[in-house]
Amino acid sequence: MSTLVYVEHRRDELCNGPLGVLAKAADLDDDVAAVIIGGPEVKALTPEVGRFGATTVYVAEEDSLFPPLPQPRVDVLAKIVGEGGYDTVLFSNSVLAADIAGGLAARLGAGLNWDLVDIITRDGDLIGKRPALSDSVLVDVGWRSTPRLALCRAGSFQSVERGTQPSVQPVSVELESHSRAARIVDQVTQPEGGPSLEAAEVIVTGGMGLGGPEKLSLAEDLASVLGGVVGATRAVVYAGWSPHSAQIGQTGKTVSPRLYVALGVSGAVQHKVGMQNSETIVAINKDPRAPIFEFCDLAVVGDVHSIVPQLVELLRRRKGS
Amino acid sequence: MKIVVCVKCVPDGRARLDPESKRLDRGGALEINPFDLYAVEEAVRIKEGSGAEVVVVSMGPEAAAESLRGALALGADRAVLVSDPGAVGSDLLATSKVLAKAVQREGADLILFGQQTSDGGGAALWAAVAEGLRLPAISQATKLEIREESVRVTRQTEVGDDIIEAPLPAIVAVTDAINELRYASLKGVMAAKKKPLEVLSLSDLAISPVDAGDAGAKTEVRSIADPPARPNAIRIEDHDEVAQVIVDFLEHRALL
Repeated sequence: MSTLVYVEHRRDELCNGPLGVLAKAADLDDDVAAVIIGGPEVKALTPEVGRFGATTVYVAEEDSLFPPLPQPRVDVLAKIVGEGGYDTVLFSNSVLAADIAGGLAARLGAGLNWDLVDIITRDGDLIGKRPALSDSVLVDVGWRSTPRLALCRAGSFQSVERGTQPSVQPVSVELESHSRAARIVDQVTQPEGGPSLEAAEVIVTGGMGLGGPEKLSLAEDLASVLGGVVGATRAVVYAGWSPHSAQIGQTGKTVSPRLYVALGVSGAVQHKVGMQNSETIVAINKDPRAPIFEFCDLAVVGDVHSIVPQLVELLRRRKGS
Repeated sequence: MKIVVCVKCVPDGRARLDPESKRLDRGGALEINPFDLYAVEEAVRIKEGSGAEVVVVSMGPEAAAESLRGALALGADRAVLVSDPGAVGSDLLATSKVLAKAVQREGADLILFGQQTSDGGGAALWAAVAEGLRLPAISQATKLEIREESVRVTRQTEVGDDIIEAPLPAIVAVTDAINELRYASLKGVMAAKKKPLEVLSLSDLAISPVDAGDAGAKTEVRSIADPPARPNAIRIEDHDEVAQVIVDFLEHRALL
């Protein structure tokens, strides 16, 4: 087995997800290669990638690779897989990584399994574990040929510092014409504000079920008494009640707190992928058929407007006593 | 302007896996994947705004033809269904090859997909189709604007919005935040009955049997096990003591 892990970064920081995948890969394989792709910022990140377990780090650094577009990255990965003879390529799921993996599968004629929460070897064969159909079944998936491509569910693996001194391999690639066709003409980066959701132990998220922006105070009060941070669903952000920096979900933050409380959150897939790794999930929703009730630990069918103030009051009293 | 919308027909309601074949059970009634309806809606809006022919393309069992009529009722002009026993068991790669051929046959300027999610059947199928056709692809679109020879898309990422421009023809995967769906009118439903719906075989598209279906799949399901379910999930209905029950639960889990 020879494994290559795509390590994504945003601005000048490595993402956590792929570092977890690196740790998983290093458990399965003695030598693990990683690839980091971008503009001038990648140089400083290279030693970091080694620290988290890669024995070889491929570095593709070009101004043309600075914009976070998937197709030029397919070109880079295809070249490394071809020349390095890697039989396994692992990704941590993200908006960018999913597009790269899909494109690479077609370029290499390779099988891609996605949403894996674990990867194991059985009798020398690689097996992926994929929860399917709203997590109602756990499916063992395999590959019939190499290279094997896998997208892992974000947050499935913990990163481990191994202090490896990696061998650094610069890569230079001539981009395909269709990979150069799309270009970013503008970027609107949402300012980061408030306490970090990713680091929070307790998160209270408000959904459209709150009924109005003024009702976000319910989430704030509960978060405050639980010592937590307030999150929001995409719908709430789109309605202008909360800033994008509070958004949890596929196009927001991926979080895994000890306690996640969802108030008036339906549990659409877009939201679910950002919070399903939370240790304990409590959901309060008046719709008994809300999808969130299928993946929470405590399902409370009821009205947030009456329950939450009572809950806050009880918790305050308990704290005071 | 010709727009192809790629849609997938899925079992309506709650899907399940057939324990024997380990495939999605498609025995029941089918409907268009709800996420794909946003792509149909976006195509119809472009058609209404500046004029376009909208063709819905799908791969699936023959029973999917009825659900494709639903897209025609919403305003699409034609539907093409690739239905062939040899396509059964296609994985992402095999599906992308079949769809690429069907899209190529139409010669579209814009190809739309619904943003599938990790829970659905296809991670980034559009990216594989785009690679097969050597076209630019943009996903996570929350806004789409047709310019003269290009498309301008707002792509929502984890940290904000990227405004991306690509020359046509191009592939765009749209999210459910891009528009509000309409309901089909009675007039639309009646008109849909008369709109052309073609059913094609793999050989009609000159697809080699080894590229499609189980023969073309490079991944497989090995076994299905019980879920890693959240143990001891508790459900309570609203009553006077509900807040206290929540406190007790949090205490029991040592979360307070």
